[in-house]
Amino acid sequence: MQRIGVFVCWCGSNIAATVDVETVAQTLAKEPGVVFSTDYQYMCSQAGQELIQEAIREHRLTGVVICSCSPRMHEATFRKTVEKAGLNPYLLEIANIREQCSWIHKDKLTATQKAVILGRAAIAKVQLNAPLTAGKSPVTKRALVIGGGIAGIQTALDIAEAGFPVDIVEKKPTIGGKMTQIDKTFPTLDCAACILTPKMVDASQNENIDIISYAQVEKVQGFVGNFSVTIRKKARYVDEHKCTGCGLCTEKCPQKKVPNEFNLGLDNRRAIYIPFAQAVPKVATIDPNYCAMLKSGKCGVCAKVCTAGAIDYKQQDQLITREYGAIVVATGFEPIQLDKFDEFAYSQSPDVVTSLEFERLMNAAGPTGGTLLRPSDGKHPHTLVFVQCVGSRCDGAEKGKSYCSKICCMYTAKHAMLTREKYPDTEVYVFYIDVRTPGKNFDEFYRRAVEEYGVHYIKGMVGKVTPQDGKLKVQASDLLGGRQLRIDADMVILAAAIEPDKTARPLATMLTASMDTNDFFTEAHPKLRPVESPTAGIFLSGACQGPKDIPETVAQASAAAAKVIGLLVKDSLTCNPCTAKPDELMCNGCSSCEKVCPYGAITYVDKSFRGPNRTTLIRRVAQVNPAVCQGCGACTVACPSGAMDLLGFSNQQILAEVDAICR
Amino acid sequence: MTYAYFPGCTLKTKAVDLDKWGRASMEALGVTLEELPQWQCCGAVYPLAKDEIATRLSSVRALMAARDQGRPLVTLCSACHHVIKRANYDLAHDETFRSRANAYLAPQTPYAGETQVLHYLEVLRDVVGFDNLAKQVKNPLTGVKIGAYYGCLLLRPSRQMAFDDPENPTILEDFLRAIGAEPVVYAQRNECCGGYVTLEDAGFARSRAAAVADNAAARGAQLLTTACPLCLYNLRQGGSVRTVYFTELLAQALGLKEGQL
Repeated sequence: MQRIGVFVCWCGSNIAATVDVETVAQTLAKEPGVVFSTDYQYMCSQAGQELIQEAIREHRLTGVVICSCSPRMHEATFRKTVEKAGLNPYLLEIANIREQCSWIHKDKLTATQKAVILGRAAIAKVQLNAPLTAGKSPVTKRALVIGGGIAGIQTALDIAEAGFPVDIVEKKPTIGGKMTQIDKTFPTLDCAACILTPKMVDASQNENIDIISYAQVEKVQGFVGNFSVTIRKKARYVDEHKCTGCGLCTEKCPQKKVPNEFNLGLDNRRAIYIPFAQAVPKVATIDPNYCAMLKSGKCGVCAKVCTAGAIDYKQQDQLITREYGAIVVATGFEPIQLDKFDEFAYSQSPDVVTSLEFERLMNAAGPTGGTLLRPSDGKHPHTLVFVQCVGSRCDGAEKGKSYCSKICCMYTAKHAMLTREKYPDTEVYVFYIDVRTPGKNFDEFYRRAVEEYGVHYIKGMVGKVTPQDGKLKVQASDLLGGRQLRIDADMVILAAAIEPDKTARPLATMLTASMDTNDFFTEAHPKLRPVESPTAGIFLSGACQGPKDIPETVAQASAAAAKVIGLLVKDSLTCNPCTAKPDELMCNGCSSCEKVCPYGAITYVDKSFRGPNRTTLIRRVAQVNPAVCQGCGACTVACPSGAMDLLGFSNQQILAEVDAICR
Repeated sequence: MTYAYFPGCTLKTKAVDLDKWGRASMEALGVTLEELPQWQCCGAVYPLAKDEIATRLSSVRALMAARDQGRPLVTLCSACHHVIKRANYDLAHDETFRSRANAYLAPQTPYAGETQVLHYLEVLRDVVGFDNLAKQVKNPLTGVKIGAYYGCLLLRPSRQMAFDDPENPTILEDFLRAIGAEPVVYAQRNECCGGYVTLEDAGFARSRAAAVADNAAARGAQLLTTACPLCLYNLRQGGSVRTVYFTELLAQALGLKEGQL
């Protein structure tokens, strides 16, 4: 005979304000098998947990039902609680009367009735629960970091520092990411290259770090502790081990008209190139879209001039498969395309630039050698208009982003300040919706731009930029002055919204990691688990999770590394015992389950069974490897004969719940 | 397919070319525009006062007549389209206006904005199809650089007009491409032409029109085209670039109209 205890949590007023918890506890006390039922303000607190443990001992409970928040929140907590009181942790069921009841109902009577029904279903299920024992699976002590920007580099360095090997996969020919393109960094105005490039070198020299550049993740299999990842290393047509990075080939290549992506197309590079002087790895790469030798077989200049013999026109893409215990996503961001915002005339005039292009125009290593010149005529600009929130904070999703891109207010203040400092003869206007500067020394920085550098900050948006007679005629509203402004500008700089990198979405599918509607990766808990994906073993670093500046990115990158280290130090992980189990007598070996299993956990064996009249039959039956099975349940619905069951969620248990709900 | 057609007053007087070539072209493209019997002025300017009702009623009458015929209502003049489309939007979304309009007009079947209101360009794009139109072009306007002038009335308020992106519209450029011309994108193409200010302060309206035309000319436009009689008037008064109705270009491309550009 079962002896079940029911514990109804108030969750402060979260549940108790909408659900009459006392009535729920009293009603559920009358259910068959229930020998104890009570309610308490915070069941997850220490006092609450002690209450449960005491009841288990005193009433010799054989099953526990807790009516509280979602099992995603506290199932693990309560499993430990009951285990400490001597009960098998899988003899616990949680009825979610918060997310699925109190939070979504307004009427107390309805919500109370529903809470009783949910509790009843959990009681019906726990009657059929069997004790389960979790197995162990080993942990591969190597981590994969996807993306080699400042986020990926920091995470990799921290993991490597703790003694674990790490691979960085970077899709571009060099690591470094967006930060390599930035001139100075707010609020201290230290040069980005000076603080980033030493870290890039550290990463390349650390013996625990393997940089796989010009490569992309192609396939991910396995689960936490035991991932198997296939990486496509694209052919760069240059032997990385032979190339010394001398750069001679990049000077001699006759194809000079290739838009240089490092300078955002503001100047040209050759078909064979090293993205920038401090690239890591510092090796040349041939762009197959422009190389005459690869396209038509006529040229071969780079091979002739290369003293190291590193050029290899026949190089092929390479597939690398490695095992990892943990995967960190650090895919970063991109500024949005501006074709939907042509009221700012980005497509109509070269003097309308994005903020990232402006970084290159101010950078000593940029196309103008750090002298600010108008792209159209190479002249010194006198009037500059900065437009913030281009594509950020838009209403409606059809155009732009609904969110704040977070970094634009600060970098615009930086651009405005640097312009005024270097060129005191300029007039600089910044149009804003709001100036948002929370952060250490951030508001002081912005105020310096206004008060010391005389930047004209104007609340209001630019409505139209008309290129005319060599000027950019800016029409804007000054909301505080209540007037229309017309400014003849020499340059207009657009703070384009940032969005997740385009590779993030297909990667999320491979990793089965969830994303929000904006394609930012979702964290396991928005406050308490910000660097973990809800998918076990997948961690988040940097702007792939949401817009972030450099200090925040680095902080999150180190946090992700700490979580990875915490995983990799373990020799084994406790498996989920709720795995699939076939009933061999009912299985007819049809292979339906094997076909739907995403983890490759199902195999078949020939087994002898006793037939009628003392004969022996050999039958092919399914077998599940519990170390590989993740308990997704796909096979249990695919099995045509109903032979497959999920431990802890058997068909019988689910139907008992449905019966209880429909009673 | 036959559509109910509302030409509007200006198309019978000043803007005969907009109407004449518009009808001829649609006929050639296999779409029949049947003029609504006994239509009245659309109201001409959309009243911004919420309690203003009388000037909107004639639009409601046209909308009801199309509903009774079971046909979508097609307009060609930007101003008529603006007024009728917005009156229809209000009938669908504004309870007070709907009940008052029905009480005033007392139709046999109450009306609540069921009629689909289409601009001529939308019929070209969505019914005929620009790709299909391109196939029927006999005299493509190859090499002619034309600036599309949208004005305000077709695009805004964008939620009600639901015509095109109000800041970066493309429908006229797509149309120009279909008839073989080379569209010129310029910043001022959706700025005001001066509108009715021309009655009060002709000089100001002319300066607006000049700003539009000069900007188009600077981007290389040889010709401007519009769907709005008032825009055309202002551009002809103040602009430095020749301006024609888009239906004239269409008729010429389809081989219906003779002439030099």
